[in-house]
Amino acid sequence: MTSSLIIELGHLLNISIKAGTPLLLASLGEVYAERSGVLNLGLEGIMLIGAATGFIVAYSTGCPELGVLAAIVAGAIIGLLHAFVCISLQANQVVAGLALVMVGTGLSSLMARDYVGIALKRALRPVKIPGLSRIPIIGEGFFHHDILVYASYFITLILWFIMYKTKYGIWIRAVGEDPSAADAMGVNVYLVRYICTTFGGAMAGLAGAHISLAYTPMWVEGITVGRGWIALALVIFAMWDPLRAMIGAYLFGTTEVLQYWLQMPLQAMGIDPSLLGTFPYVATIIVLLVGSFERIRKRIGAPASLGKPYVRGF
Amino acid sequence: MKSLKIPLFNSGRSPSRSYIKARTLLDHVNKGEVVVLMKGITKKFPGVIANYRIDFDLKCGEVHALLGENGAGKTTLVSILYGVHQPDEGEIYVYGKKVRFKSPKDAIAMGIGMVHQYPKLIDSLTVAENIALGLRQASVINPLPKVEELIKEYSEKYGLKVNPKAKVWQLSAGEKQRVEILRVLMYGAKILILDEPTTSLSPLEREDLFEAIKNLAQEGASIIFITHKLNEVMKVSDRITVLRRGRKIGTIPTSEADPHLLIKMMLGEEKVPQMISEWSLSRMRKHCEDPGNNIALEVEDLYVLGDRGELAVQGVSFIVRRGEIFGIAGIAGNGQRELVEAIVGLRRALKGRIRLMGVDVTNRGSRTIAEMGVAYIPEDRVRYGLVLDLSVADNLILRNYRRNPFSGRIMLNRSYISHWCEELVKKYEIKTPSINVRVRCLSGGNMQRVVLARELSQSPRLIVAFHPTMGLDVAATEQVRKLLLAEKERGAAILLVSEDLDEVMELSDRIGVMYDGRLMGVMKNEEVDVKRISLLMMGVRESEVDKDKARKGV
Ligand SMILES: Nc1ncnc2c1ncn2[C@@H]1O[C@H](COP(=O)(O)OP(=O)(O)OP(=O)(O)O)[C@@H](O)[C@H]1O
Ligand SMILES: [Mg+2]
Repeated sequence: MTSSLIIELGHLLNISIKAGTPLLLASLGEVYAERSGVLNLGLEGIMLIGAATGFIVAYSTGCPELGVLAAIVAGAIIGLLHAFVCISLQANQVVAGLALVMVGTGLSSLMARDYVGIALKRALRPVKIPGLSRIPIIGEGFFHHDILVYASYFITLILWFIMYKTKYGIWIRAVGEDPSAADAMGVNVYLVRYICTTFGGAMAGLAGAHISLAYTPMWVEGITVGRGWIALALVIFAMWDPLRAMIGAYLFGTTEVLQYWLQMPLQAMGIDPSLLGTFPYVATIIVLLVGSFERIRKRIGAPASLGKPYVRGF
Repeated sequence: MKSLKIPLFNSGRSPSRSYIKARTLLDHVNKGEVVVLMKGITKKFPGVIANYRIDFDLKCGEVHALLGENGAGKTTLVSILYGVHQPDEGEIYVYGKKVRFKSPKDAIAMGIGMVHQYPKLIDSLTVAENIALGLRQASVINPLPKVEELIKEYSEKYGLKVNPKAKVWQLSAGEKQRVEILRVLMYGAKILILDEPTTSLSPLEREDLFEAIKNLAQEGASIIFITHKLNEVMKVSDRITVLRRGRKIGTIPTSEADPHLLIKMMLGEEKVPQMISEWSLSRMRKHCEDPGNNIALEVEDLYVLGDRGELAVQGVSFIVRRGEIFGIAGIAGNGQRELVEAIVGLRRALKGRIRLMGVDVTNRGSRTIAEMGVAYIPEDRVRYGLVLDLSVADNLILRNYRRNPFSGRIMLNRSYISHWCEELVKKYEIKTPSINVRVRCLSGGNMQRVVLARELSQSPRLIVAFHPTMGLDVAATEQVRKLLLAEKERGAAILLVSEDLDEVMELSDRIGVMYDGRLMGVMKNEEVDVKRISLLMMGVRESEVDKDKARKGV
């Protein structure tokens, strides 16, 4: 009895983390972009393009790792485009981001229209870490995953370290908070923002790749099913902190999984299980709602210049 | 339409190399040689010519003071040297080499450092993080411990105390200014631009800074020093350049200057006689006879916490009557800010009572208090007194846009508002191209005037004025003092908090000294004894002051 419970729990943790990983990857990138002052609402679109690019390359070369690389590059290119539009052309960041969602949705389904319904022959397979994976619950939960999940552990730690323990982290926070003060101290505001926004795009592309190459290794249109939006909410939930983004991503991942797990018991209780399916989205709306009050934004540390283009001398 | 400028990675070319060049160049610079030469600098902003064909030179080892009224173009000129603005016309030579700075980064690379009129610090970061931002010696990984050590070292060396771990938003204006000064000193700049660096410093810190400035000049640094205080100019500078309305009036050695001549150069011949009469007018200030029992503000046994959770105000009690100016002297950081914020409802009182016109308003919120007729001139006007991205007009109506005739049921009454604002702009001599310009574009002193105009224009019953003349030029300072006196005569109660002891003594009917959160030695203006106040400001207890006196047989 207990041993089967342990196995069940380990399994639940495992799938939650797997489901949380694309959310984590995308929100980590967005944490950096927003910390530097650039809002990218287009995560959903970039993830879709990453997923499609990754899938096509992996399918045609038979090598999913190449697909991952291609997805990163594709995401970075779109991130760079967003950077150019928002930083150099000083366009409205909300509008530019929403446009990216539409571009991404359309472009991804156009690119991969011949692949609809096709499953990937060689996907990214879970690998057990010898030794560690034998720890009860934790072992199955954390150490029986595909390579991207392992990578996400390290990326989270590294990004946290850069943000809080290096000079570059101070630059990024300064630029998002008060670009004119940072500029006066000789920090290249435009360069920092370009790098962070491009990086944010690359991470969203990577997140897309995890969905189409590991989580559900096949192609369907709109494969990300709104995860880009959840990742955006997650950034606020995490108060722009990489470590908290990890915790949040796994929590959201759990809710995503729970809807399948609770299906039977709920049906038995006469509750429509599809209600549960709305949970991540409802949670997203609540986080966005709470996060949009100016006073709360200040308290939770929203970058003060988020969404504002910078022009020197004004 | 404006041409679209695309600021793609526009930093200078390889700053590290030019930095090294600046360094080696420096070894060949002798005292008295020209290090900065600005020729024919012209800079136009929409609606104003901020600088017109200005020639300026800075010699190695000198302190060059830049004087002029609010809006004369001082900040603009030095910002051009620092790479913040590009000049429309003119050339700049640094160490004899022609330069075109595209950003402050390029200027920093040439060894130029600037203390900004309003500290350019990032609120949410700590002091150490703010300094690490542009510090060359700061390592990439884990830079803070080393930076914190360096800060301690420098702050001891220059007598500028700061806590490296404090977040900037918790600091008072004076502390921010100290950080800003410390920062350029730490960056090792050889050409220092100090734009009104002393506005929020205490007298002692000011002396330390002057000492530091002189030492730096001695060691071969070159310093541009902007201020409105003529005595400071006379004390530290070697040469003085005066600007008026964007034009250069002249450069003279300090040894040939005297305050009268400088005022004449700043204001122009015509205006001087009028100025003097204004001065004598304020001297002739009428003393109000005891105006009876009209208590406007009563503070009783007030305790307030500071940002770091310490007891910033401890058991302060006083009253301010109608038609009276109550002055609080004291060195910054002794609880004045917290006291004032508690009175206007921006900070919770821990214990004690605050009554306005007899009504208890303790912790009742700033809007309630403001609507009872309390005007507030905050210490940090740029942060708490203005919305920089709104227009001058919008900033002027911040307090009364809700009321008739400024707004009807739904819409603002724009024509009334612009008429009203034009009047204010005229009355308070706010120099602005129009009332629709964003406040961000005004000169520092004119931003102050916008706050003053708004606060004083609504016939307040109580005026809480925190350093009301900070950053104003000579004429404006006199004008504000006159305005406060006029308000007092009208019957307003005024709480004046200032570090400028002369100002407090000149204006107040009664004076108290604040030290370490306590209010001490409240006395009538006639009884004031400068020595006694100075001792109280430095924390010598009342009883000891008296003992001290008794011993000396006073
Ligand atoms: N960024 C800007 N945009 C538009 N106008 C500006 C800008 N900066 C300054 N000005 C204008 O240029 C003129 C000169 O301003 P400047 O800040 O140089 O004055 P200042 O001599 O430093 O005065 P103060 O003693 O008040 O600081 C002012 O009329 C101001 O309105
Ligand atoms: Mg100025």
